[in-house]
Amino acid sequence: MAKLTFLGGIHPYDGKDLSKDKPIAEVLPKGEMVYPLSQHIGAPATALVAKGERVLAGQKIAEAGGFVSAPVYASVSGTVKVLEPRRVVTGDMVDCIVIENDGMYEDVGFYPEMPLDKMEKEDIIHCIKEAGIVGMGGAGFPTHVKLSPKNPEKIDYVIANCAECEPYLTSDYRRMLEEPEKLIGGLKIILKLFDRAQGILAVEDNKPDCIKLLKELTAGETRITVKALKTKYPQGAERQLIYATTGRQICSKNLPADVGCIVNNVDTIVSVYRAVIEGKPLMERIITVTGDAIASPRNFRVRTGTSYQDVLEAAGGFKVQPEKIVCGGPMMGFAMFDLNVPITKTSTALLAFTKDQVALMEPGPCINCGRCVEACPGRVIPSKLAEFAEYGDEEAFLQYNGMECCECGCCSFVCPAKRPLTQQIKSMRKQQLAKKKK
Amino acid sequence: MSDMFKVSSNPHIRSKVTTSSIMLAVIIALLPATGFGIYNFGIRALWVVLVTVASTLLTEFLFGLYRKKTTITDLSAVVTGLLLALNLPVSIPLWMAAMGGVFAILVVKMLFGGLGQNFMNPALAARCFLLISFPSQMTNFNCDVYTGATPLAVLKAGESVNIVDMVIGKTAGTIGETSMIAIVIGACFLLLTGIIDLKVPGSYIVSFLLFVGLFGPCGFDPAYLSAQLAGGGLMLGAFFMATDYVTRPITAKGQIVFGIFLGVLTGIFRIFGPGAEGVSYAIIIGNLLVPLIEKMTKPTAFGVGGRKS
Repeated sequence: MAKLTFLGGIHPYDGKDLSKDKPIAEVLPKGEMVYPLSQHIGAPATALVAKGERVLAGQKIAEAGGFVSAPVYASVSGTVKVLEPRRVVTGDMVDCIVIENDGMYEDVGFYPEMPLDKMEKEDIIHCIKEAGIVGMGGAGFPTHVKLSPKNPEKIDYVIANCAECEPYLTSDYRRMLEEPEKLIGGLKIILKLFDRAQGILAVEDNKPDCIKLLKELTAGETRITVKALKTKYPQGAERQLIYATTGRQICSKNLPADVGCIVNNVDTIVSVYRAVIEGKPLMERIITVTGDAIASPRNFRVRTGTSYQDVLEAAGGFKVQPEKIVCGGPMMGFAMFDLNVPITKTSTALLAFTKDQVALMEPGPCINCGRCVEACPGRVIPSKLAEFAEYGDEEAFLQYNGMECCECGCCSFVCPAKRPLTQQIKSMRKQQLAKKKK
Repeated sequence: MSDMFKVSSNPHIRSKVTTSSIMLAVIIALLPATGFGIYNFGIRALWVVLVTVASTLLTEFLFGLYRKKTTITDLSAVVTGLLLALNLPVSIPLWMAAMGGVFAILVVKMLFGGLGQNFMNPALAARCFLLISFPSQMTNFNCDVYTGATPLAVLKAGESVNIVDMVIGKTAGTIGETSMIAIVIGACFLLLTGIIDLKVPGSYIVSFLLFVGLFGPCGFDPAYLSAQLAGGGLMLGAFFMATDYVTRPITAKGQIVFGIFLGVLTGIFRIFGPGAEGVSYAIIIGNLLVPLIEKMTKPTAFGVGGRKS
């Protein structure tokens, strides 16, 4: 049988060796902790605490602002210092709760609401909702919404996205090696919500040790299978992952649930386990700190609200002055100009590069080579879409399926003329999406 | 924070392949054919190559001065010059070769907006320009080594040819087209490095052979077909000029359609046309249809239409 995969995609240098072999370490933050009220897709949360109030770790400090929203929890004990707009990774100013960490890490005490076997489906969803869990792979879509599709009985597959196709990132890899039982346990909890569904642990085949371990641990499970996927970026993109594991296809207009699938990232599933079994809300995550400018690259267990600066110091700081700093993977992450921004529920990594590959090369004219067309997992023509975007030709952009772009970055990566194709297409897509909202 | 970091939109990594590295690979791939041409036709072939490449480079350089933008470093002018030289007979007056180079770069490429904007392959357009302007010099394949007609012309007259000589390249013809072996070696290099794939050359050659087999004078006679395959500019055209990125369709389906169109057109020109050759005209006419072919073969985006596979 051919390897499970999709059409298109690229094979960049993966840089995972830098950080993959060191166990996850804990970062204890100091000083200010910043909690943006909007760490998810949907309505911002509303603050529950006032300036001067003392809070404990695990205390809810902001309530969900609607159905598609998520509450926010304090991850340390301390005093609320101020409520004001602060800068976040994307460069935007977002309303934040700032807490002065007292360094005592006093918590509220965590107890599961009730034993799992007593829980009804609604209880599980309620528990996930209350824990403030959102898609932790980067999108930040509230998980309780994702787990409440219109027809839960029509869900055939719950897919755990363990692909980790972004170069350099190893946080899911470490998680799978160190806490596989939590991942499997979390998946089982989600499977309880969908009576007919099969669970799939989808892992890229560059992680044979994870595949072996997960296979061993799920040997007796009738409802869970481990599937090895071909190592190729963007294997972990939702639509490509669904296609590779089930052969089902969706476009931008569908949701995975339309073809009977639910996809969740490793960290999200582990958070579900922690919420349901341990009663802990979402207040920490795993972050990969790596790149050729980092003194000692590795993965860290980080409390949300910690600043990137603290995490960087935990990794020994810079060994050489970097030229570029990226939050997230090198393909889809954001370039940062300031490290003094908080880690949120959706932060995945901090990368520091001594050379900025983008600035090294001047864009030239398109030579129509077709590499972007071959690489595009969305099967569109990036070079043409970028041209339409450049000239503001909205009609042609839509006609050539511009909205099917998933902004994975493959086209910009392969372009020999070094054209910023993804960027041009992305900005046009943003305009179009904004127009639709009106 | 006092340190300054660079920011840009994602992705933050880039592949190592650049426009000039691609052009360099094409130049390397053309070296076997060039080398064989010089060996086959003598030192004058080298002069033709040097003059043509110099004229394309100089034209691009001077135009760059006028537009205040240096573009010669992308090496595309060298590729154009080299391809043009390989498409000229060795006996061509050097000023004509130079003029072809100027025409290719100035008229076909730069005036239409430079690299990536030309709608025809510059080298082939220049060759056709020279063919129309100076038909006798352009079709005079007599030289120190060979006298008489090219194998294709012999074939057209109904006489037999030596197929082994044709595959090795020891025949009359333009500088770079005669040796099938040298061209295939270069083509393999491009195929293995992923610079080109078989969609265009494969569909071109297969459809051409089918056409010649069906409508040619000798049916599917293997000797005749292999002579048609090895003769003239078919190999050079199929692997090095029909595959020119700028002037072939960008869509996978479009490339197949384009190749088939070229094969049929070349067949028509060679079988029914007055001359023995037809590759150059077939390719530049095919180039003109590229926008239409691309429009017709717009790919279906992933997952659009039909929710389940």
